Amino acid sequence: MAKVFTSIGTWITDRAPGMMPMYRKHMTEYYAPKNFNFWYYFGSLALIVLVNQILTGIFLTMFYKPGAATAFDSVEYIMRDVQWGWLIRYMHSTGASMFFIVVYLHMFRGLMYGSFKKPRELVWLMGMLIFLALMAEAFMGYVLPWGNMSFWGAKVIISLFGAVPVIGDALVQWIMGDFNPADATLNRFFALHVIALPIVLLLLVVLHIAALHEVGSNNPDGVEIKKGPKDAGGHPVDGIRFHPYYTVKDLFGVGFFLVICAFVIFFQPTMGGWFLENDNFIPANNLVTPAEIKPVWYFTPFYAILRVIPSKGWGVFFMFASIVVLFLVPWLDRGKVKSIRYRGLGFKIALGIFAIAFILLGSIGAGKTTEWIPEIFGRDADLTFIENFFGRLLTVIYFGFFAFLWAYTYFGKEKTKAVPERVTTHA
Amino acid sequence: MLNFVTKVRFGMLLALGLLAGSVQAQEAEGMAQSGVRVGNLASVQRGARIYFNYCSGCHSLKYMSYSRLSEDLKLSPEETLASFAFTGAKIGDQVTTNMPEAASAQWFGKTPPDLSLEARAKSPDWIYNYLKSFYLDPSRPSGWNNTVFPNVSMPNVLWELQGTQRAVLSEAKKGEEPKVEKLTLANPGRESEEAFNDTARDVTAFLTYAGEPAALVRESTGVWVILYLAFFTFLAWLLKHEFWKDVH
Repeated sequence: MAKVFTSIGTWITDRAPGMMPMYRKHMTEYYAPKNFNFWYYFGSLALIVLVNQILTGIFLTMFYKPGAATAFDSVEYIMRDVQWGWLIRYMHSTGASMFFIVVYLHMFRGLMYGSFKKPRELVWLMGMLIFLALMAEAFMGYVLPWGNMSFWGAKVIISLFGAVPVIGDALVQWIMGDFNPADATLNRFFALHVIALPIVLLLLVVLHIAALHEVGSNNPDGVEIKKGPKDAGGHPVDGIRFHPYYTVKDLFGVGFFLVICAFVIFFQPTMGGWFLENDNFIPANNLVTPAEIKPVWYFTPFYAILRVIPSKGWGVFFMFASIVVLFLVPWLDRGKVKSIRYRGLGFKIALGIFAIAFILLGSIGAGKTTEWIPEIFGRDADLTFIENFFGRLLTVIYFGFFAFLWAYTYFGKEKTKAVPERVTTHA
Repeated sequence: MLNFVTKVRFGMLLALGLLAGSVQAQEAEGMAQSGVRVGNLASVQRGARIYFNYCSGCHSLKYMSYSRLSEDLKLSPEETLASFAFTGAKIGDQVTTNMPEAASAQWFGKTPPDLSLEARAKSPDWIYNYLKSFYLDPSRPSGWNNTVFPNVSMPNVLWELQGTQRAVLSEAKKGEEPKVEKLTLANPGRESEEAFNDTARDVTAFLTYAGEPAALVRESTGVWVILYLAFFTFLAWLLKHEFWKDVH
């Protein structure tokens, strides 16, 4: 039997001589630092979720019927009459939220350990493009069930393009293909969601990983293992082969992650309205506005920035700016030390405050503060005033982080600790 | 620094726990908990009987078929049709009503909505509290009002079971309408308060099931999936441990 496999292997490699070198380059001879910690699971987890979204998505498209008159019913058909349809749909809807949890943690890891710094700027940029494509993908996917929140969410988000000077209104109609989100909108979003954006996402993921493997992975110490000592074969002593070491380690991470996902899918599929919203079980109705129009949780920090800024034009501007500024991080942060372990106290505090501000902005965007403010400030408190005050303060903190990061490092105010020569292992 | 990472890791697990906790708490806020269990077949069956006797004349369940009801509620097709199909429906039909849409909009001010997804759109607790919160209000066209759904078009169809409630109003502040402080039973119905709570709970259980028939198998499947994945994770951990022995 082994002989048969070997001869098949030889037959293929004879005809595709570049295949094994490529496999070695990216798997068995890709040397990754041996000191990866908890935060380094999220890259492979994001890949697993992407595969899940594509596979479950293929099966959903077999039964889903795009079209304003058919979409909602077909989703209920999947939930009730298609064998295991409910499971496939919950895997897809839970996967969307888990994707963002994993990606946000992955990005935060990058900020903590300086993974965006030279020579990894391209890795960061590709990653940011993935994040952008993912946001578009998630938004359009959310419209497809054609529930009432799908409809009003689409209306609000698309109308943001109306803030573009001069061509705004024409642009909004061009995107929707109608004067309201309608059949034409739903069909084009379906096309973009299942064909265009997945192709873009896959291409970007390949480029993201290719860019990473050119320069090699960063690590929690922010030490370049390629500059450290080498063994007889010329491989870094502080590196280990990606396969099998990190494939088995990530396999464990994937198992742990899937247990959490399964808990959500089987026991809390709506996550109390966070992953699937109540109003989206009502069919789209352009005459009945939901009590509160809000995006799904993963967009809420950005949505809050839009909401607390009084002018629509500036609100849209700062909302997009809050994403654009992330692209610029490699050039805003001039510090030479990568890892938070050896960076100045100012950086540690600023990053902590930034993370808290991001989460609090999210709770404003999700409408949580409309519940909290009466509890904290009393029933007669001016809800809008307090919410706007804190929202604007948090927006200033959000952008302030990037301004601080630049000033702190540009003017050399950061007092860093000595970076070790080699990675510190804690085996 | 290892400490920092460990702390963050525990913090995240804690946050996940708190999130799951708050999900439970959120549903309860301001409303009595329905205590619905979809797995309680008897409760769902009783709820179905009440639903088809009191509600289905006006409210369809267009995503449910009688055959599915028969299968899920463990009733024979004959039993199902005899107990539930008062419209002359056949076993494969969807649960529709004979209520004419346009005329009913005129009669009630609104066509009675389909209730297939009511438990998902509003939550089971909402339905449970709604069913218990009707009171007499002569100012309304139907003579009824509801504290959970103010100025509702529908009368209390369960009044003969629950009895009739009256609102106790608070003293009105200047320029404001008086608020309903609580509801008191004016005339008792056929059921005691406790028995009617059970009735409301049963109807809610049936509508929760109708909103998501998969809920009958979802959790029991989930237990096995999680056990399998936990075992897989354990094996993966052993494998990782074995491979990493030579990493120093």
